[in-house]
Amino acid sequence: MSESLTGAQSLVRSLESVGAEVVFGIPGGAILPAYDPIFDSKALRHILVRHEQGAGHAAEGYAQATGKVGVCMATSGPGATNLVTPIADAYMDSVPMVAITGQVPSASIGTDAFQEADICGITMPITKHNFLVQSADDIPRTIAEAFHIAATGRPGPVLVDLPKDILQNQTTFAWPPTLDLAGYHPTTRPHAKQIREAARLIAEAQRPVLYVGGGVLKARAAAELRVLAELTGIPVVTTLMARGAFPDSHQQHLGMPGMHGTVAAVTALQKSDLLICLGARFDDRVTGKLSSFAPGAKVIHADIDPAEISKNRTADVPIVGDCRETIADLIVAVQEAFATTRADLTGWWKQVDGWRDTYPLGYEEPHDGSLAPQYVIERIGRIAGPDALYVSGVGQHQMWASQFISYENPYTWLNSGGAGTMGYAVPAAMGAKVGRPEATVWAIDGDGCFQMTNQELVTCAIEGIPIKVAIINNGNLGMVRQWQTLFYNSRYSNTGLDSRRVPDFVKLADAMGCIGLRCETKGDVDATIEKAMAVDDMPVVIDFVVGEDAMVWPMVPAGTSNDEILAARDTRPVWGEDDV
Amino acid sequence: MSTTHTLSVLVENKPGVLARVAALFSRRGFNIESLAVGPTEHPTTSRMTIVVTVDDLPLEQVTKQLNKLINVLKIVELDPDSSVQRELLLVKVKADLATRSHVLETVQLFRAKVVDVATDAVTIEATGTADKLAALIKVLEPFGIRELVQSGMVAVGRGSRSMTGSENRLRSAS
Repeated sequence: MSESLTGAQSLVRSLESVGAEVVFGIPGGAILPAYDPIFDSKALRHILVRHEQGAGHAAEGYAQATGKVGVCMATSGPGATNLVTPIADAYMDSVPMVAITGQVPSASIGTDAFQEADICGITMPITKHNFLVQSADDIPRTIAEAFHIAATGRPGPVLVDLPKDILQNQTTFAWPPTLDLAGYHPTTRPHAKQIREAARLIAEAQRPVLYVGGGVLKARAAAELRVLAELTGIPVVTTLMARGAFPDSHQQHLGMPGMHGTVAAVTALQKSDLLICLGARFDDRVTGKLSSFAPGAKVIHADIDPAEISKNRTADVPIVGDCRETIADLIVAVQEAFATTRADLTGWWKQVDGWRDTYPLGYEEPHDGSLAPQYVIERIGRIAGPDALYVSGVGQHQMWASQFISYENPYTWLNSGGAGTMGYAVPAAMGAKVGRPEATVWAIDGDGCFQMTNQELVTCAIEGIPIKVAIINNGNLGMVRQWQTLFYNSRYSNTGLDSRRVPDFVKLADAMGCIGLRCETKGDVDATIEKAMAVDDMPVVIDFVVGEDAMVWPMVPAGTSNDEILAARDTRPVWGEDDV
Repeated sequence: MSTTHTLSVLVENKPGVLARVAALFSRRGFNIESLAVGPTEHPTTSRMTIVVTVDDLPLEQVTKQLNKLINVLKIVELDPDSSVQRELLLVKVKADLATRSHVLETVQLFRAKVVDVATDAVTIEATGTADKLAALIKVLEPFGIRELVQSGMVAVGRGSRSMTGSENRLRSAS
């Protein structure tokens, strides 16, 4: 039996019915009708953010920490356009998110009305799909379709644009609606023939590597991955988006590949004869110069998105399907293949271990006696432990947080990988904490990133979301400065922020209702982190004042071959005679 | 290798579909040479015929991305040798008493039709392949072309198989 209500009420009922629990948003004129029934909703918690970009990243953080669809809401025009960056970010990192925007009334669309923006047109290339709702009767079906599209197949952001009159009109509500998605049928079951062929290659390969990407986390396949890895004994590398998919402490784990990957991970890929790529996409930050990437390797490429396969690197065995089903099928098929053939990997491991032992991750203490940023991050990881969630911004601190924190569990590492969105950390940490209130959530941020979105600490303070923020304050746009050091003769054009002087982050934290702490010496690092760990009812911000000259190593300079990896400045690994 | 490709794209008849499809080409700087959109035998489905000159590899990537669009139902690349391809041309040619008979002769030679006559001009309708229409235009040019309008190409595969058939079965089954 359907009941009569307004479009706005239908929207809130639809969100409740589809299982949404939290909405991050800000009201405004066009979306105002929706905020009236939200006021009464018991099932839906609305968190009033301070900037729509914060709402978007919070929805992303919530989604990445929980695996559920994150929801953000904004009004028309500038409210909607402020969501563009997080939507693009979610698109690049395949984060399931539904963005709901108000729109000017139907009759005003296209007239340059007050606060009008063609947000469907604007977000067309950065959403998995978007909807301009044209009748209040379509609201339940559209919301159900938006959540279905966002969460299934390769996840991604979906935007639903709701003209104000549609929200005000009378309609009826019935749940569940019938989805009308004739053109949407993601392939989840991998092809048996391809699985058998992959298993055959795996059994025969002399120098195989499991190249694991974020798709393994999206498919919730970390347990299956571990079984496959241990069954085959093959070295594992986890990309920036897959950190946590395989325990860092595991003997078979070589760490992260790519521009700032470990020498062992980068070199193992280069020298491999078989890449087993699971839910990764041969991104340029991983492959370096594509034409010289892993020249001797055959490629098994498993991904749920057929458009990723053979996009950058031609796959010898393409497998379209859900990573969990693919890995589960591979486990069975590899066991069968091992009955007849199994290559001996002893020699390969000897080489790999040689690289790992000779070129471990490390850093030098700064010569000027300043605090090493890597040390701070390493200590946070050690003290907060493997059950905490770590959310980073973008830049040097992000790379160090990926390198020097040991990730043992899936969904404990959140960052902006594909888009590289500075300012992601604070709002995403807020969203993650809302989704995982029992977990300790650390935002590891740079002083540049922090100044882009720190206003959400106000939201955290008022809404009772006690995140912890470590500002790795080197007073500079550190990664850009590193490139200027290396490639622009140390001409530091516009990378100095002076943020060790202004703003005073401790006072700023205090003003935003947080506890502000400062740490400037190595001896104080542990005590300051412990102090922050002891607080569980307020957000804490620590201003770690660190040296400005620390650089991220290893490094494959942009556009060069992975063979050109530098373990440290002017230090190119030397490959032995018996290296392949 | 850069060659001309004809894509038949079956889409849901919903607002915004054309923009979504076109955006995937424009993003890469590909110029769509010809585009025709129209209804099919199924009222909720439209069919686009897109002619584009690109390398094979990027076209394959665009095709995969087109397939990902929620409103796209099916894509088939039509081989010129195993499909019928047609364009429609309407051309207004100067034709006074002195030249009209010559113009009409050309019309007959090309099996075209005169669809409008004025004292000093005739409007000619012709259908055919791009080559045939180009040849017609070339012959008409000396008379003086006043106005010319040409449709995008529409194309259909030869033989009894239908691009929409399997889709309809799939829809009625679900």
